[in-house]
Amino acid sequence: MHFSKLVFLSLWRHRIRAAIGSAGIAFGVAAMLSVLSVVLGAIGMFEKILSTDSQYLVFEKNVSDLFFSSVPEDQVAEIRDMDAVAQANPILFGIVSAPDHPVITCFGLEDADPRLRDADWLEGSLQEWRQSEGGILLGSRAAEFLKAGSGDEVPIGRQSFKVAGIIATANGFEDGGVFLKLSSAQEFFNRPGVSSIVAIKLKDDADGDAFRNAVSSRYEGLMALENEEFQQSYSQFRILKATSWAVGVCAFLLGGMGVANTMLLSVFSRIREIAVIQVCGFSKPQVGTLIILEAVLLALIGTAVGFVVGLGILELLQSLPQLQGYIQTVTSPWVWLAIFVTAEVTSIVGSLYPAWYAMKIQPAEALRYE
Amino acid sequence: MSNVLSFGTAAPEQILGEKEVIRVDGVWKSFDEGRIQVLSDVSFNVNQGEVIALWGSSGSGKSTLLHLLGGLDAADEGSVSVCGLDPAVEKNRLRLRREYIGFIFQLHNLLPDLTMRENCWIPAMASRLARQEVDQRFEELTSWLKVEHRRDRRIRELSGGERQRTAICRALMHRPKLVLADEPTGSLDEQNGEQVFKLLYELAKREQVTVVMATHERRFAERCDRHILLRDGHVDCRD
Ligand SMILES: Nc1ncnc2c1ncn2[C@@H]1O[C@H](COP(=O)(O)OP(=O)(O)O)[C@@H](O)[C@H]1O
Ligand SMILES: [Mg+2]
Repeated sequence: MHFSKLVFLSLWRHRIRAAIGSAGIAFGVAAMLSVLSVVLGAIGMFEKILSTDSQYLVFEKNVSDLFFSSVPEDQVAEIRDMDAVAQANPILFGIVSAPDHPVITCFGLEDADPRLRDADWLEGSLQEWRQSEGGILLGSRAAEFLKAGSGDEVPIGRQSFKVAGIIATANGFEDGGVFLKLSSAQEFFNRPGVSSIVAIKLKDDADGDAFRNAVSSRYEGLMALENEEFQQSYSQFRILKATSWAVGVCAFLLGGMGVANTMLLSVFSRIREIAVIQVCGFSKPQVGTLIILEAVLLALIGTAVGFVVGLGILELLQSLPQLQGYIQTVTSPWVWLAIFVTAEVTSIVGSLYPAWYAMKIQPAEALRYE
Repeated sequence: MSNVLSFGTAAPEQILGEKEVIRVDGVWKSFDEGRIQVLSDVSFNVNQGEVIALWGSSGSGKSTLLHLLGGLDAADEGSVSVCGLDPAVEKNRLRLRREYIGFIFQLHNLLPDLTMRENCWIPAMASRLARQEVDQRFEELTSWLKVEHRRDRRIRELSGGERQRTAICRALMHRPKLVLADEPTGSLDEQNGEQVFKLLYELAKREQVTVVMATHERRFAERCDRHILLRDGHVDCRD
């Protein structure tokens, strides 16, 4: 018989108790997986929107949220005229609501925006939209949940818009959104002459630093960041990420306490048995290892269950029309690994006291009461 | 007063008299800060291959004395030497339990949800013995103890006699020099007690194992090679 079998049998003998301990870890894993998936998924999509066909983003300095950023029209025009710049596409973000759908992201775009050019036109065409008078485009998912097709009138906010086309992009977030012409969006959101950001494509990648410096020296209120830097420094993303990790870690703390409790109970009920294996030659470190390995096994089972449950929750969330496009399952192996490691570490930490307690058991005392 | 002998570099077996396995010298042991005096100036020797009864009524200190021999507790005064090692020294304990001593208790103290085979694997697991050797030893002992048909049964499915035979098997798995048995027949009926005693005695003789067996029953004490009578904390050695 191998040591690992003893570990397994020790848990198996008290399966209900072990299951409860495992469940704590499973909930932690499931919580962390779903929260991270939602948050990182949303961030990821947002990032993609921002980075489509661009390398730099220009936005208002020190703004806490891109929805509050303003870049004036005349500055957009000047930036577009810079030598290094190949393309400058202003985007105005806003939140609109429709009956039953309180939060729909709205994008105000110029006709020439590459996002539209590269999109899959399911209904209508870029040409038709350009010619339409204040027509809107719906992302494919938005069309689904608003149950609208080309030519329909859709109530948005206090107005009503005619649908000029339906597009699908590679990006789920955009597909859940509504697209207005930049000028219509400025009017609708009452932000005349501004955009939230300008997505910049440079003629030559090597001009990056020069471009960035030019923007900050010419415009007091603006800054330019490379996409990657932006993702790391944008405070909303940071807050979201930190919050989701914090929620996950709290869930894990509870899970770890569950393991501590389960293992302590297990040790208490096995004092005599632990004394016996000591008498049979188990050293104190071996006894401690046994207890810790039991906790590790609990965590392994919990993690496996947690991943399955977490994926189930995500599947469920994804099927809710209200959340369409806002959720994307985390696929990064690093996040999975981080969750896995967190689960194991929490479990091991939770088993330290029980293991120490088990190592302290005095066989003579424990065996005295026959 | 720890035994100075145990600090030597010579092989421990060579330090005691040639055939001596246990030497207890002027041992005192009390509990509750001296309020319960259990052993008073106890001295005796046990030689290689002897089966000794530690005979005394309940509460006479038999278990306490076995615990001192097995390194489960330490004497207040006096010296104990088992296979040349002082069991009161922490680092000797593990060595004694893994190499020299096997324990049998009144209650079998087996893990009830494990099988007979798994229980007997525990000492081997602790000492990381080779698999093949352990399996072979297990087959041999269980055949000898006439429980070969129960090898893969869980302990909770076994009778009292079978459990106690499993305990004997576990104690002998690692080929100890010395077996400390604390009332091994104490929880059995007369017939089963008789059988277990006989098996233990014969096995000890066959394998040249030294046995110290605590018992309160005259019928077993008198059939051992020698008995040590424990009374009022003192010993009285008889043949
Ligand atoms: N750890 C202990 N604390 C207090 N008293 C003890 C302890 N161990 C044994 N005793 C006492 O020592 C005496 C001898 O006990 P024990 O060695 O178990 O006797 P026996 O095994 O012969 O029945 C008993 O009176 C018992 O109550
Ligand atoms: Mg006793």
